[in-house]
Amino acid sequence: MTMDRRTFLQSSLSAAALQSLGAAFPSLAFAAAPPVSSTAASYRNLLVLIELSGGNDGLNTVVPYADPAYYALRPKIAIARDDVVQLSDRAGLHPALAPLEPLWRSKELAVLQGIGYPAPNLSHFRSIEIWDTASSSDAYLTDGWLTRAFAAAPAPRAFAADGIVIGSNAMGPLAGSGTRAVALSNTDNFLRQARLAAPGGEPRNRAYRHILTVEADIVQAAMKLDTRHAFATEFPQGAFGNAIKTACQVIASPSGVAVVRLSLAGFDTHGAQAPTQMRLLGELGRGIVALKSALDELARWNDTLILTYAEFGRRPRENLSAGTDHGTANTHFALGGRVNGGFYGEAPMLDRLSGDGNLAHALDFREVYATVLERWWGLPSQPTLGKRFAPVPFVRA
Amino acid sequence: MKFVSDPNSRMRTSPSVARLLLQAAGIVVILATSATATFAAATDVLGYDDARHLLARTGFGPTDAEVRAYAPLTREAAVAKLLKETRTAALTPPPEQVFDSGPLRYPNPESSTAEEKKAFAQQQTREGLALRAWWVREMIVTPSPLTERMTLFWHNHFVSSQAKVRLARLMYRQNVALRAHATANFGDLLHAMAKDPAMLVYLDGVRSRKGAPNENFAREVMELFTLGEGRYAEQDIKEAARAFTGWSVDRQSGEFLFRPRVHDYGVKTVFGKSAAFDGDDVLELLLARPETAQRVTAKLWREFVSPDPDPTEVRSIATRFAASRYDIKTVLSDLLLCDAFYASENRGTLVKSPTELVVGTMRSFALEADASVALAIATATMGQNLMAPPNVKGWPGGEAWINTNTLLARKQFVDRVTRAEGQRRTRAAMTPATDATNPTANPSMPAEGAMRRLSGIDFDSARFLAQFPGATMKERGQWAQRLLLPVGPQGDDPPNDVDAIVRALLFDTAYQLK
Repeated sequence: MTMDRRTFLQSSLSAAALQSLGAAFPSLAFAAAPPVSSTAASYRNLLVLIELSGGNDGLNTVVPYADPAYYALRPKIAIARDDVVQLSDRAGLHPALAPLEPLWRSKELAVLQGIGYPAPNLSHFRSIEIWDTASSSDAYLTDGWLTRAFAAAPAPRAFAADGIVIGSNAMGPLAGSGTRAVALSNTDNFLRQARLAAPGGEPRNRAYRHILTVEADIVQAAMKLDTRHAFATEFPQGAFGNAIKTACQVIASPSGVAVVRLSLAGFDTHGAQAPTQMRLLGELGRGIVALKSALDELARWNDTLILTYAEFGRRPRENLSAGTDHGTANTHFALGGRVNGGFYGEAPMLDRLSGDGNLAHALDFREVYATVLERWWGLPSQPTLGKRFAPVPFVRA
Repeated sequence: MKFVSDPNSRMRTSPSVARLLLQAAGIVVILATSATATFAAATDVLGYDDARHLLARTGFGPTDAEVRAYAPLTREAAVAKLLKETRTAALTPPPEQVFDSGPLRYPNPESSTAEEKKAFAQQQTREGLALRAWWVREMIVTPSPLTERMTLFWHNHFVSSQAKVRLARLMYRQNVALRAHATANFGDLLHAMAKDPAMLVYLDGVRSRKGAPNENFAREVMELFTLGEGRYAEQDIKEAARAFTGWSVDRQSGEFLFRPRVHDYGVKTVFGKSAAFDGDDVLELLLARPETAQRVTAKLWREFVSPDPDPTEVRSIATRFAASRYDIKTVLSDLLLCDAFYASENRGTLVKSPTELVVGTMRSFALEADASVALAIATATMGQNLMAPPNVKGWPGGEAWINTNTLLARKQFVDRVTRAEGQRRTRAAMTPATDATNPTANPSMPAEGAMRRLSGIDFDSARFLAQFPGATMKERGQWAQRLLLPVGPQGDDPPNDVDAIVRALLFDTAYQLK
């Protein structure tokens, strides 16, 4: 199957087609790929983003089990003190995240608390757009923050793509033009569908040229993705486990990729939150453990940074349906071999909620992005983020 | 002198300060119209290619017969015919459950059970999908594609989304209102949208009251619906927001309701003018500003003419637009008759929206619209979930329609439709895809199921090619190319096999363009 596909792609790109493609897009002349610049070399540091779509409840993810206010706000859904996986004398993990405890002990798990932004928006759609575009609450930007970063500093041409989006139709932080970003749910399907792409024709105007560029991105990714690596790691069953496996196949491809974005959906727990969140966090925990195991096989754990994110956190006070409504500041994780384990930001201050009962933020999400850009990739962050945000020392360069 | 064409609407109220100011502004507008645009003095008939261009740009994919009907007309006669045939109501009856006129029945966030909320969400998802399918079907069967293109244009201008409004019924009613005004009067449309229940929910008008005005609508009406960013002050927004307080929705009927007890009757200062303005007064102030006509004209230019509006032409067409009291047929006529519209360098420069690609394919090949649920899901998969634009700015459009994901979805659509040919006799009748995707959420991964259902479409290359003149398959293929592609094909040597000719044209890069 794989070989057939390769043969097909290569033969469908006839010598003449390749030549005209090369003329139209000098950058696509595969043989003459320019040497990797020193800036681009930092993209050997891989970023894996995991979106907890719907707005994961951070308070029940990293539980302030020593705070009586927590139990007062959540008489039905609070995680009992005895059930939490204690990280400190104040905070502990949801029991479904017990698989992550060894990473905490080895100081490869950072807990980022109180992440948000000023004037928070409580709409799923608007707030994830704010996160994806790294805009402020009152600005509308079109391109994703990673798109802007890659437009200024592209990944090496030899890479299959700047970024690969797995299991979601929305390109999220890789939306917009100026980046080589490819979305796929499953490598076999992508490689099959990519046969429909055959860039051709003279680029007679801007729109035509854009289509040819995107089409060439598809063909390039399909040609360069070698997904035959056999892992010893056993991946969890289910959609997220499959997405993790797909991500690992992409990462194992020798051609390289700078960003992989995964999504785990279903966190919009307005009612009967406990069983849903238990199941989802279980998938997340098992998925991350499998991801680490596979990255260890590839000797990539030390140059991988895993970050979780979501559009918002949830309201501290539970609602009448044993669920939680849309909130603001949230807790997220950073994991990897060069992560400085520990707590960052500020533990939730449940005695100081806003008028609508929400948490104030302590860390701006763009400070996390600045950390990725500056510390992880060695890029200036201000051009991408529009203004200065200080990196957070949760990862070593 | 007024900007609202319906004499029975609001103009019976005594003229306010704002309206007197408008009269003065209107005179200035009329005086300024002496600088008219350069319009083609074409007396020649269109011919096949120009007729094809006009119909493709103002509709979806035209059929060969439609192109031939317009080919003998002059530019003026063709545009007059297009505008004369526009409609104010849909041809097809609405899906019944969406049409239902009972009370609103939003679940009460405090007292509803999780089951009640879930049932509500599922019902709205179901109705929303039926609504999308209905609109796609209307676009496929309407005798006036321009009416639907303009309805879609205004849907992407006066944006509301079911993602926030939730009730499909309110989205349906807004769609009816957009169509009623689509090619009539922009001033009327603006006033109608400001009082539209879906809009009042979407931009938080229902939450706005004296002492606590919500600025959302006031901001967007200036930034997006009329003037454009930077052409007003923050203080104008704050003051205007007060004028709109009390504009609300009746929870029983779902109709507009003015609540005098929460309206701020005080004096407001907007654009340096002070009076006890109400919301309609503020809208009239916005219509009196030349930036409004310029902004709408430039947006229409990008929709119909080219990606890069000519500032001089836009200014002069906008001046005539304002002088016509915002008659939409006037601005459309001017845009469709200006030389730039037919300029060869502007052919094939606009990216088809997913809806144009899907509906256009159905229309060009005269395919049955039975699969409209799957077609609505297909447009969502390509990045245009009708009734749910991504945010108040709407779909950015243009090149932003195309990324690796959406381009593969477009190709897969074409692949599914054309491959149906070999498979259709062995396939059972289609079943509706009610569970295939949640249209109120971001479309989930390439709705493979919905795409598969497209295979039931009765696509027939041979029947399609048989309509063209020509003794050989090659000659017919050349006619098919002239119909389907805005610019020449990517290969010099078209295939000779019936199925392959049509597939090659639909897979041509130029097929994504208009």
